[in-house]
Amino acid sequence: MKVSNLTWKIGGEAGYGIMSTGVIFSRIFTKKGYFVIDSNEYPSLIRGGHNTYTVRVSSNQIFSIDKDINILVALNQETLTLHQEEATYGGYIIYDEDVCDIKDIKRARKDINYIMVPFSKIISELGAPKVMINNISLGASVALLNYDMEILKNVIKDNFSRKGTEIVDLNIRSSELGYKYVKQKIKTASYELEIVNPVGKMLLTGNDAVFLGAVRAGCKFYAAYPMTPSSSILHSFASAEGDYNIVTKHAEDEIAVINMAIGASFAGARSMVATSGGGFSLMNEGLSSAAITETPIVVVLCQRPAPATGLPTWTEQGDMLFAVHASHGEFLRVVIAPGDPEECFYLTGKAFNLADKYQIPVIIMLDKYLSESHFSYEKFDFKKIAVDRGKLLTAVKNKSGEYKRYSDTEDGISPRVIVGIENGIHIANSDEHNEKGYSEEDAYNRKIMVDKRFRKIKKLIEEIPPPKIYGPADAEITIWSWGSCKGPILEAMSILNQKEKKVNLVHFTFLYPFDYESIAGVIEESNKNVVVENNKTSQLSKLIMMNTGHKIKNKILKYSGRQFLSGEIISGIEKIE
Amino acid sequence: MASKKNKNRSSKEDYNLKPGDFNTERRPTWCLGCGNYGIWNSLKKTFVELGLMPHEILIVYGIGCSGNGANFIKTYAFHALHGRALPVATGAKLANHKLNVIIMGGDGDGVGIGGNHFIHTCRRNINMTYLMHNNKVYGLTTGQTSPTSDRGFKTKSTPGGVLEKPVDPVLLALVSGATYVARGFAGTTGHLMEIIKKAIKHEGFSFIDILQPCVTFNKQNTYDFYREKIYNVDELKDYNRSNLSEAINMELKEEGKIPVGIIYQVKEPTYEDGLKQIERKPLVDHIITDVDINKLLNNYY
Repeated sequence: MKVSNLTWKIGGEAGYGIMSTGVIFSRIFTKKGYFVIDSNEYPSLIRGGHNTYTVRVSSNQIFSIDKDINILVALNQETLTLHQEEATYGGYIIYDEDVCDIKDIKRARKDINYIMVPFSKIISELGAPKVMINNISLGASVALLNYDMEILKNVIKDNFSRKGTEIVDLNIRSSELGYKYVKQKIKTASYELEIVNPVGKMLLTGNDAVFLGAVRAGCKFYAAYPMTPSSSILHSFASAEGDYNIVTKHAEDEIAVINMAIGASFAGARSMVATSGGGFSLMNEGLSSAAITETPIVVVLCQRPAPATGLPTWTEQGDMLFAVHASHGEFLRVVIAPGDPEECFYLTGKAFNLADKYQIPVIIMLDKYLSESHFSYEKFDFKKIAVDRGKLLTAVKNKSGEYKRYSDTEDGISPRVIVGIENGIHIANSDEHNEKGYSEEDAYNRKIMVDKRFRKIKKLIEEIPPPKIYGPADAEITIWSWGSCKGPILEAMSILNQKEKKVNLVHFTFLYPFDYESIAGVIEESNKNVVVENNKTSQLSKLIMMNTGHKIKNKILKYSGRQFLSGEIISGIEKIE
Repeated sequence: MASKKNKNRSSKEDYNLKPGDFNTERRPTWCLGCGNYGIWNSLKKTFVELGLMPHEILIVYGIGCSGNGANFIKTYAFHALHGRALPVATGAKLANHKLNVIIMGGDGDGVGIGGNHFIHTCRRNINMTYLMHNNKVYGLTTGQTSPTSDRGFKTKSTPGGVLEKPVDPVLLALVSGATYVARGFAGTTGHLMEIIKKAIKHEGFSFIDILQPCVTFNKQNTYDFYREKIYNVDELKDYNRSNLSEAINMELKEEGKIPVGIIYQVKEPTYEDGLKQIERKPLVDHIITDVDINKLLNNYY
């Protein structure tokens, strides 16, 4: 059957390479130009838990994964039990009879095709370790789709080349055995994807895109303490530090992390940190240190369900109001929430410019879904990220006395210097200070300095774009949302707008600050408003309420630790009267 | 680093700065008789003896009476949050390892709220100098116990006397991997100056525990108290200061006596030595206006 769209899911025990198998499956399609989005689910442990990886492949542009599975690969019984319901009518289940008992399922789901592949036998005859079973499943899947086996072999080779030719060969051979087994058993392909323009695409996560944007923006110092789902940014920086002259520091805790980054930035190097909610909590006092010393800093906050340790490997948008108000005292900061990896890339570039130009903290918010899911893109045009360091001086001519680091300028931005240059001596002071940086408790000075720091907003706000509106202008229903909900909402809209209901989306990538006057009008004009958020308390509607006085009553909220699927948004919208 | 020629300056012969040139427009606000004066004077003299210019030095300060010194010494300064001077200094040093980086903070800052940073900075062996102003009391918050206060010490927060054992910062630095560990006394500025000078010259992380009487809130650890108890390790025969267990043993065996001087010093590779990416030039000297990431992007195909 020719299709333009299909979803494949693999499930098995943690420790059996489910994650790398999923990425390989995604990549064999992006290599040939297909559109791909994938998503992984795994518990916070190394071995023994249940892992799944879902890949959606399409010949056309897609925005999120789908809940209906066309091919389910079950490496254990649990996968069948938990996910057989997701298999679509006429779909396929690949399983091993030595591992899975399918009697009951067969009775319940007569509409599914069952493909038995003796994974365990094949792997023991080959004499390969059990962890390579997933390669057999990849070969079997490729055969079932009548897809290109050579591409699979190339991707496996790329993926395991670090481990030596012996390992590569064994992986390839096991995949070939899976391929042959299914080819002999099945005469016609299950699904055949419509051909696309065979120009390879990139496959990358939101975290990858943040990293790439930061390197392009000239980030020279990156510090972090490992915390899911931010850790892959640390790994990427660590592997690139030699080629790009970056120092990556895995520090003792997140307090050290942010203070190191502040020190590096103060000295003159562009600096970034990333963490999740717990680490961000520890970084809070550091944020205010950056604020009063007017040291630029970019903080990436990859959210996960909290409070406390919460659900470490799952997703939620629960930290938005926390980020907008984080730390003690009143100070200016920018909070950005990209909706997809493309926005992650370009907005990280912009984040560095905003931090430098306004000498403030800039927080970029992702969540586990965006941080760790892969999306396909044509090559990013990195030249579009230009570097603007604002008022940063590399030389000071004035030799008369000390340098006025915090000069009370018209736009509130005082020129800063690269530490170590002559005539630039000053105190970057966490105490309130005067123009030269000396501690100063005088009432008049305090007001001058607070006003100076806040005056930057005038110029800053001009650089903050209003939320983007997607869909028809005359929509009956307007969805309000932010960050990673963008994809599932766009997916839902593409279906809803084929029907009678016309829906559009106001999507916030800049949460704070922005010109709320501009959206007040939109709220009034829209017939029906609904907020879609991955949290319990609808933080975006509170933010809008606080800043415009407008209350959005309709809410579609999800806080199960899982991202939205388009179907859930569609049914939520259909309930709105 | 200080021993290496700095390119920003023409030559040592032209150097004509005096300690007073490191004064700012502000005069110290410490209590009369405060040990901070001795440290302040020793440090300025040391800078002159080492031929350092104010702009070649970055001092990162913690919070406390010593931290207020940010206003009184003319160098680049970062007055950090309480306990966070070490990580700020680390970041600055890694961004520009040509800077001479010095950290000043109190005992509460260093082994109380910032204790974790202290341990890890010691083991990193970054080429910086940390001067701990140890007055065994929280002075700026008007007299509460400190992690280094002696057992039984009565303060506003421990009216019945301290129940915990004191932390010995020298011992902590030794076991945490610092490569230069010394103790000085704010009352003998000549000696203090010598060990500060050697600390700055030391290539690696140098730590000095400075016994600093607080004349207002600590009536127990006074100038006289220390004068009676201290002895200079240089006077010991057969003391091998490059032997870690000897250093630890000496620190442990003190009964009523306090060793001062360089207690431990070894030469080991610094953290910076391990970073190839800063071998040619500091991070801050790279031009970042057009970083070509094409090669990186290709990794995602």
